[in-house]
Amino acid sequence: MKRFALVLVLVVLAASIVAAQDIKLGGVGPVTGEAATFGVSTKNGIVMAVEEWNAKGGVFGGRKVKLIFEDDKGDPAEGATVYTKLIQQDNVVAIVGTVMSKVTLAGAPIAQDAGIPMISPTSTNEKVTLVGDYIFRACFIDPFQGTVGASFAFKDLKAKKAAAIFDIGNDYTKGLAENFRATFEKLAGKGSVVAYEGHPSGATDFKAQLTKIIAAKPDVLYVPDYYNDVGLIAKQARELGFKGPMVGGDGWDSPELVKIGGTAVENGYFTNHYSPADKRKIVQDFVAKYKAKFGSEPDALAALAYDATYIMLDAIKRAGSTKGSAIRDALVKTNLDVVSGKVTFDANRNPIKSAVIIEIKDGKQVYKTTVSP
Amino acid sequence: MSIGLFRIRANLEHSVTGFANIRIARKGTVRMGSIFNAQQIVNGLQVGSIYALIALGYTMVYGIVRLINFAHGDFYMIGAYASYGAFFLFNSFFVGKTGILAFIVLAASMLAGGVIAMLANQLAYKPLRYKPKLSSLITAIGVSMFLEYFFSALPMIGPSYRSFPDIIPKVEINLGLATISNYVVIDIAVAAILMVGLTILVRKSVLGKAMRAVSQDKDAARLMGIDIEKVIGYTFLIGGAFAGVAGLLAGMTYPRIFPYMGIQPGLKAFIAAVLGGIGSIPGAVLGAYIMGLAETFASAYNSLIGEGIAFAILILVLLIRPRGLLGEKTADKI
Amino acid sequence: MAKFKLPKFLIAAVLFYAVIELLYTFELMNGYILHIINQSLIYVILAVSLNLINGITGQFSLGHMGFAGVGAYVSGTLTTLIFKINPSAPGGMLIFVLSIIAGGIAAAFIGFLIGFPSLRLKGDYLAIVTLGFGEIIRTIFNNIDYVGGPRGLLGIPKFSNFTIIFIATFLTIIIIRNLIQSSHGRAMLSIRENELASELVGIDTTKYKVLAFSIGAFFAGIAGGLFAHLLQLAHPTQFGFIKSVEVLIMIYAGGVGSITGSMIAAFALTFLSEGLRLGIRFIADTTGLPIGGEWRMVIYSLLLIFIMLFRTEGLMGTKESRLIKIKEAD
Repeated sequence: MKRFALVLVLVVLAASIVAAQDIKLGGVGPVTGEAATFGVSTKNGIVMAVEEWNAKGGVFGGRKVKLIFEDDKGDPAEGATVYTKLIQQDNVVAIVGTVMSKVTLAGAPIAQDAGIPMISPTSTNEKVTLVGDYIFRACFIDPFQGTVGASFAFKDLKAKKAAAIFDIGNDYTKGLAENFRATFEKLAGKGSVVAYEGHPSGATDFKAQLTKIIAAKPDVLYVPDYYNDVGLIAKQARELGFKGPMVGGDGWDSPELVKIGGTAVENGYFTNHYSPADKRKIVQDFVAKYKAKFGSEPDALAALAYDATYIMLDAIKRAGSTKGSAIRDALVKTNLDVVSGKVTFDANRNPIKSAVIIEIKDGKQVYKTTVSP
Repeated sequence: MSIGLFRIRANLEHSVTGFANIRIARKGTVRMGSIFNAQQIVNGLQVGSIYALIALGYTMVYGIVRLINFAHGDFYMIGAYASYGAFFLFNSFFVGKTGILAFIVLAASMLAGGVIAMLANQLAYKPLRYKPKLSSLITAIGVSMFLEYFFSALPMIGPSYRSFPDIIPKVEINLGLATISNYVVIDIAVAAILMVGLTILVRKSVLGKAMRAVSQDKDAARLMGIDIEKVIGYTFLIGGAFAGVAGLLAGMTYPRIFPYMGIQPGLKAFIAAVLGGIGSIPGAVLGAYIMGLAETFASAYNSLIGEGIAFAILILVLLIRPRGLLGEKTADKI
Repeated sequence: MAKFKLPKFLIAAVLFYAVIELLYTFELMNGYILHIINQSLIYVILAVSLNLINGITGQFSLGHMGFAGVGAYVSGTLTTLIFKINPSAPGGMLIFVLSIIAGGIAAAFIGFLIGFPSLRLKGDYLAIVTLGFGEIIRTIFNNIDYVGGPRGLLGIPKFSNFTIIFIATFLTIIIIRNLIQSSHGRAMLSIRENELASELVGIDTTKYKVLAFSIGAFFAGIAGGLFAHLLQLAHPTQFGFIKSVEVLIMIYAGGVGSITGSMIAAFALTFLSEGLRLGIRFIADTTGLPIGGEWRMVIYSLLLIFIMLFRTEGLMGTKESRLIKIKEAD
């Protein structure tokens, strides 16, 4: 009898300790360095998602989430250090991160080796999820965006000839441009991409390349750069006399785009993961809450980070355990409605999602259409 | 010498800081092609003007203290931010009075660039003036890094790109062979005015004479009663102010500023100064325009070459003619 | 005749290795700390090799990470793209070691090439040219699609571990130390002190300058290769000017011309960097100040300026600890 009571007490004690134990979630993003704005958005998204889950009573068994967020400075070596720290020192059960593919690729092998499931909100390089079966992502990949952009240009904008300008030092823009060209030439015929110019990273003057492009008379210009470059490129293109539409990728997504580009980015379209103008309730709720908390409209990075966190926490909940393998198995079976759409994973742990096309009209982002894979 | 369509005749009086008579004339018709056409030339001149302003500061400082001030590009950045700040500060007071606003903004950029330059000199370079030169060089690297990271860390400035406001509304002018905006005119004109002003200063004023003296022979100048440190201070002030204006012009022309914006232009302007002959004011201008044009033509041809052309020029210059185009031959110092 | 005090240093090194291994095996130290130690050791190789060029021979080189990049890419290409080995494969370790050495040799070749401009240029000009070379190397890698271009060279097998990195660091220190203490080293020192005078005394300054660059580059290449096999990727952004400056800060903080200084500085600054991360987080948490990791680099650059202003010779100056110094028989 006494022994039974002792055991009972111990069990209850253990159970209460376990129940009180927080679930540690690691978050990684570049809050400093060249991609700092993206990192801040990502951090915001993760933080907000964690707060919401904790407000609703935690993940399972009343266990709340403790977020440990680290800065990777946009640097692969720093990323490796940070992932190692989160896993070895902080003992996180899962990681949401990170933004830049090159950093994610440094961290993924570490997570994979340790059996810690990880989901990247915005790394679009194909190779990321190929590192191993513990690596997932929440966004569509580069090839998809370039293809969507090309289809849109050909079908919706009725372009017969296209040109592209991209940053030769950036894998993301290069990847999008390559995929755009491949798809467009498949649709419109070989040689329909009449100009394909690269520019060095950090350039401010694109007139040399644009002059060449305009001389080739394209109907549409594909500019898969980041918003800070797009603004300048668009301005200079208009200055040099280009009047056609421009198409780009999710790198356009920033309120600074219209500030830098002004009227030049009108008649511009870009593929994105989500649009704050999307009428779905889940989107509108998210936008409202984000605005209230952070004072600005959430960009796609914030939305994806929020989604990625939700996906991960949902998986942990369904797994009912903090064991890496259990969470991973639950992730594979994900079927969740999130801000950026409905998410299920394919065999390579990439989400099967649609893209939205957003138009810049009167200085605002206007939702144009959704394209499904 | 002849570059493409331009024949530049440099008439030098004193190779180091003398007055240069640069006559630019267009030579006949334009060669066709999307690379060497009038539009690209205009592009190159615009870029070159901004490089020229920065290069002048580099060359002046080097001429006087033989220091490559790595932080010079960051004075350019500070000028851009200062004018940004000034614009938003005074915008509401001078609505519609673009002229006054433009003047305020210009003054702000020059003041900021010049003052920070002087501070850097006073705090970081002066103490190391008579120590091995490499210490100064490394300190300059430190100052540069500090300015960049500090501005990046400040919450109100932050690391992200900011759009620069339209201080002067943009007007397009179609000249048939090329389309230019009034910004091109402004860039080239402001640069030209400042360069002329500097040359007058260096040639005619007492300070200018003192600057020339110190750059020729520091010790002799001191013996003649010239306050070396004061002259050096003024040199930094002027050089920094020029860089600041360049920052303002760049902010206007490429309306996007961020804390690291000074790195690339700084490096290219430095190479331009070396190309022209570091220490030579006309050399800096010449080098800058050559650099601007070369870069534009190279980028039009192939972006990869465009990226590397600046360094290619540097290495060629240093291997073939280290003193630059207009620099004076210095014997190997013992 | 120099009597090598190798045993003393060897003992110290073995002790260090044993202690770390024990701590790790008995879980008193976790993988995170070990990772920082690994990184510190690699920085020791980089710092000591840069010191050979800058500190001992007095040639101002600002492109050191470019050499590391060559080493990283060459060794990475061999192990990942050409031989496609992994740690469990038989003979994999051998191919790995050979690849690292190949990377070092390739880097040495580049160093050899860069040694030549150094013959004609001094001080600032040399600094700029080496900076330029470093950037050109980085740009070249950024544009070769075969090694991934801007995506970087990915999927490099993880061969580097504490043991291998430790051995490499140990060998680097011994070799460079012996070089410095030999007649060759004295020649290099004389070039640093007064190049013209050493020419007049009959020292082949050309040979020694180029030698310094080549050897320094060789070890930088080794470090690069080890690093690439630790992170499992090589990316052009890791080998740019800013990274070269970080190594520069280390040798100046530690004392230009002192191997001990470079070792201490490499460890101190790497740990400091991580410590700042925690320290800043602590300050931010307790005081609520909106400061974050971005202030790390601000502090770093201020550190450099202060060292230059107040203690230009760094921590150790040009002195060595007794463990490293070779005793001269009088």
